[in-house]
Amino acid sequence: MSAAGGLREPRVDLALAHEHGLTTEEWGNVLEILGRTPTFSELGIFSVMWAEHCSYKSSKRYLKRLPTEGPQVIEGPGENAGVVDIGDGLAAVFKIESHNHPSFIEPRQGAATGVGGILRDIFTMGARPIASLDSLRFGPIEDPKHRYLLQGVVDGVGGYGNPVGVATVGGETQFHECYRGNILVNAFNCGVVEQDKIFLAKATGIGNPVIYVGSKTGRDGIHGASLLASAEFDEGSEAKRPTVQVGDPFTEKCLIEACLELMRTDAIVGIQDMGAAGLTCSSFEMASSGGTGIDLDLDLVPQREVGMTPYELLLSESQERMLLVARSGEEARVLEIFERWDLDAVVVGRVVEGGHMKVAWHGQTVVDIPVDPVAANSPELERQVVEPADLRERQKLDLAAVMPESDLGGALEALLDSPNLGSKEWVWRQYDQLVQGGTLIGPGGDAALVRVTREDGTPTDKALALSVDCNPRWCWLDPYQGAVAAVAEAARNVACTGAKPLALTNCLNFGNPEKPEIMWEFAEATRGLGDAARALDTPVVSGNVSFYNETSGRAIYPTPTVAVVGLLEPWQRHAVSHFTSVGRDVVLLGESREELGGSDWLALRRGLEAGLPPSVDLAHERALHALLAAGVAAGVIETAHDVSSGGLALALAEAALTGPEWIGAEIELDDPQRPDALLFGETTGRVVAAGAAAERLLDLAREHGVPARRIGRTGGDRLRIRPAAGEAWIDAALERLHHVWTNALPRRIGAAREE
Amino acid sequence: MLAVVQFPGSNDDRDMRFAFKAVLGAEARLVFHKASELPPDTRGVVIPGGFSYGDYLRCGAMAQYSPIMAAVKRFADAGGPVLGVCNGFQVLCESGLLPGALVRNHGLHFICEFVHVRVERAAAPFTSRVAAGDVLRIPIKHGEGCYYAEPGLLDELEQGGQIVLRYCEVDGSVSAAANPNGSVANVAGVRSARGNVMGLMPHPEHAVEPAFGGSDGIAILGSFADAVRSAV
Repeated sequence: MSAAGGLREPRVDLALAHEHGLTTEEWGNVLEILGRTPTFSELGIFSVMWAEHCSYKSSKRYLKRLPTEGPQVIEGPGENAGVVDIGDGLAAVFKIESHNHPSFIEPRQGAATGVGGILRDIFTMGARPIASLDSLRFGPIEDPKHRYLLQGVVDGVGGYGNPVGVATVGGETQFHECYRGNILVNAFNCGVVEQDKIFLAKATGIGNPVIYVGSKTGRDGIHGASLLASAEFDEGSEAKRPTVQVGDPFTEKCLIEACLELMRTDAIVGIQDMGAAGLTCSSFEMASSGGTGIDLDLDLVPQREVGMTPYELLLSESQERMLLVARSGEEARVLEIFERWDLDAVVVGRVVEGGHMKVAWHGQTVVDIPVDPVAANSPELERQVVEPADLRERQKLDLAAVMPESDLGGALEALLDSPNLGSKEWVWRQYDQLVQGGTLIGPGGDAALVRVTREDGTPTDKALALSVDCNPRWCWLDPYQGAVAAVAEAARNVACTGAKPLALTNCLNFGNPEKPEIMWEFAEATRGLGDAARALDTPVVSGNVSFYNETSGRAIYPTPTVAVVGLLEPWQRHAVSHFTSVGRDVVLLGESREELGGSDWLALRRGLEAGLPPSVDLAHERALHALLAAGVAAGVIETAHDVSSGGLALALAEAALTGPEWIGAEIELDDPQRPDALLFGETTGRVVAAGAAAERLLDLAREHGVPARRIGRTGGDRLRIRPAAGEAWIDAALERLHHVWTNALPRRIGAAREE
Repeated sequence: MLAVVQFPGSNDDRDMRFAFKAVLGAEARLVFHKASELPPDTRGVVIPGGFSYGDYLRCGAMAQYSPIMAAVKRFADAGGPVLGVCNGFQVLCESGLLPGALVRNHGLHFICEFVHVRVERAAAPFTSRVAAGDVLRIPIKHGEGCYYAEPGLLDELEQGGQIVLRYCEVDGSVSAAANPNGSVANVAGVRSARGNVMGLMPHPEHAVEPAFGGSDGIAILGSFADAVRSAV
């Protein structure tokens, strides 16, 4: 192959390969596959394709062990997003993805392009995106830098999600010291598609045109995936700002409408968004899954700047671009639809035989790589795995030596006032939660609940329940149990609406995989995910791994974020997480064990992050799901609120405070365990339920084998919790609790404005 | 027939069509902005919410140059009823079909929440189903919804009965606390001097079903649908 004339490119050798993040062994593989020294562009391609972010080389062997199949699964991992059957010819399409590193460098654009990227994964498959969730984690809110990051990220999520017309209906926002050097921005989206209109990323049909659509290609985001997301941060990370892409939600909105319009025709055979590593990854993936090759002519690619080199054109991560393969002869129809939406659409290549990806630039071949060997030789590492030396130390907790809480009411206020448990209204009121008109339950509930509407505008009786969860402290104390608990909680939240959990997607945020302790955390967490997903019949249908969330040697807590999607039908019967009426019986489903290990109370009131996290009984969780579905369908459960961080007292306070009007409760707990554990312990598998017919609910619970007891009644403007005998433990005016809870974030962010 | 105009970047267009068709049983169609004429059977026009052309310039400023807007102006000049919601309100102000302007919220942030508005004027074609003084609970969702009219113009609007909706407390009292975005005189919706064009920031199309945020929005969209039906 001739070197490209007129191109001044660096000499390609082992040293340059190392600079590109390739190992000596990988460099050897490159030489073997090509049978020659790669061109500069080819080196760039190998470097992104084999970087951790795209190749999953450290995680692959563990991900293979996750359950990915079930009768409900239409497409599992490997496509742009997972697809799950929701009946009547419809399917839910969903995925969660990280945009951690870019968001730390440039919070607004980092978060915005995270939202844009996940939306493209959904509509690429033919689905209209209907609902987003965001799982956000920052360093301490007392740190001005992290208030800046919080505001920037929220601005970015809203600044993209609002214009693009997809409701943001929930999520989580947490703060912890471990995220001081690496924040987490995990964006989830779910869409709906007719099952006969699902599109895959396949380049088939020799001679078919390869069409580039969307924004022009610029120099932004080059090596975003390989250099930014596949290495640790250090003091110099700010200098990586140019590797962050810039989002344009307007173009994305037009792209959604144009693609969905195009997909109603039969003009296209495959489509893929240009995400990480841009044009390179998308064409390789399409050729690889189509068993074909692709010829590309870079001179035809719409360009934002003059003088871009092939290397830049191939590796740019400019946003809002798609690559599609149309049926030969349908070019005009495709171009016409994009022209109507004022979007660039250009035939840039053809599907060819021979299994090579060939790229021409100024009449010369700058890339000629066999497709299959690149995928087949994609590195897979067996990294060393070692249990952290201090793990047993972390898990030590002698509860008898922990001073009992002397002010239970004060502790409840302190929890409500904490940044992690306080109201997140400040965040979500900046998001359009209503667009597309399907929001039955928006942010603030256990799970969001969104009605399914067909593409032609016909509403259905189906609703999707969505929840994203993780307790990183639990994962740090025990990554296996923490991951099991993340699945259990997300599924329980979904079940609290009355929905049946169907499947999950995960975003595995970890530190540097080159460290054996981090890989141990990863191995343990994925083992937990697998066990829980199997037991709850919620297969893993999509996901992403984000390693290198580590700065100057300090890693984040393992944070395997789990989002579960469930189906409720008919949605006309559903439960909410707040008390709905006065005079309702309050029933506690599940048992309270004396478990304070890893709790928010222990961290906040005793400054301790220690102990074993609460165990999870997966068989009980399944029985609980069935009970909730039956109770909601029978109309005996109007309120169902998951007991999680902050324990039973916090769950009761939230049920009292989060409805359209506050409704207090009179609660009596007859339990000999220490009161602080009873009120603030975080035993899993519990739900605060309320309804008009406690006896029927208790009968139903018995039938399902779920322990349940009546603990009180709703009414009044106070939350009073007392033991069977003696004075009330907590007796608080709702107005006071609400004040503390709603101001938890604003009062801290307000302080930021004064500075 | 109700024409719901679809600009690039409109995003409540389908919701608006849903409210009219599925909830109110009125005939409604999306009309793409590149059309230079409204369909001949058009009896009312709705400019829906969203971010037309991305709102990268002043909100609604670009949309006035879309081919369809000349037709909408002709339709309004001939007395046809035109309703603009949120970005649609901004487009109508930018096009000169409504007085005043919409600027950045006082709090600077985008706000999505349910608010209360008091009906100041009950008349066809927009508020015939309600009485003056009625309070409606309807959501807002905007970053640039602060209505501004200079003092002389505001007097004119007040005296001419052109202020249709004001942000208020749940009991109907108009207070600074009930004003979510800093709008002058708590104005949430205005109509043209002739009365056939109205714009409002709250989204009645997001309040048309009891389970989805209540149905107070029907007061406005239903009035409009009635007017369009009677015009046929």
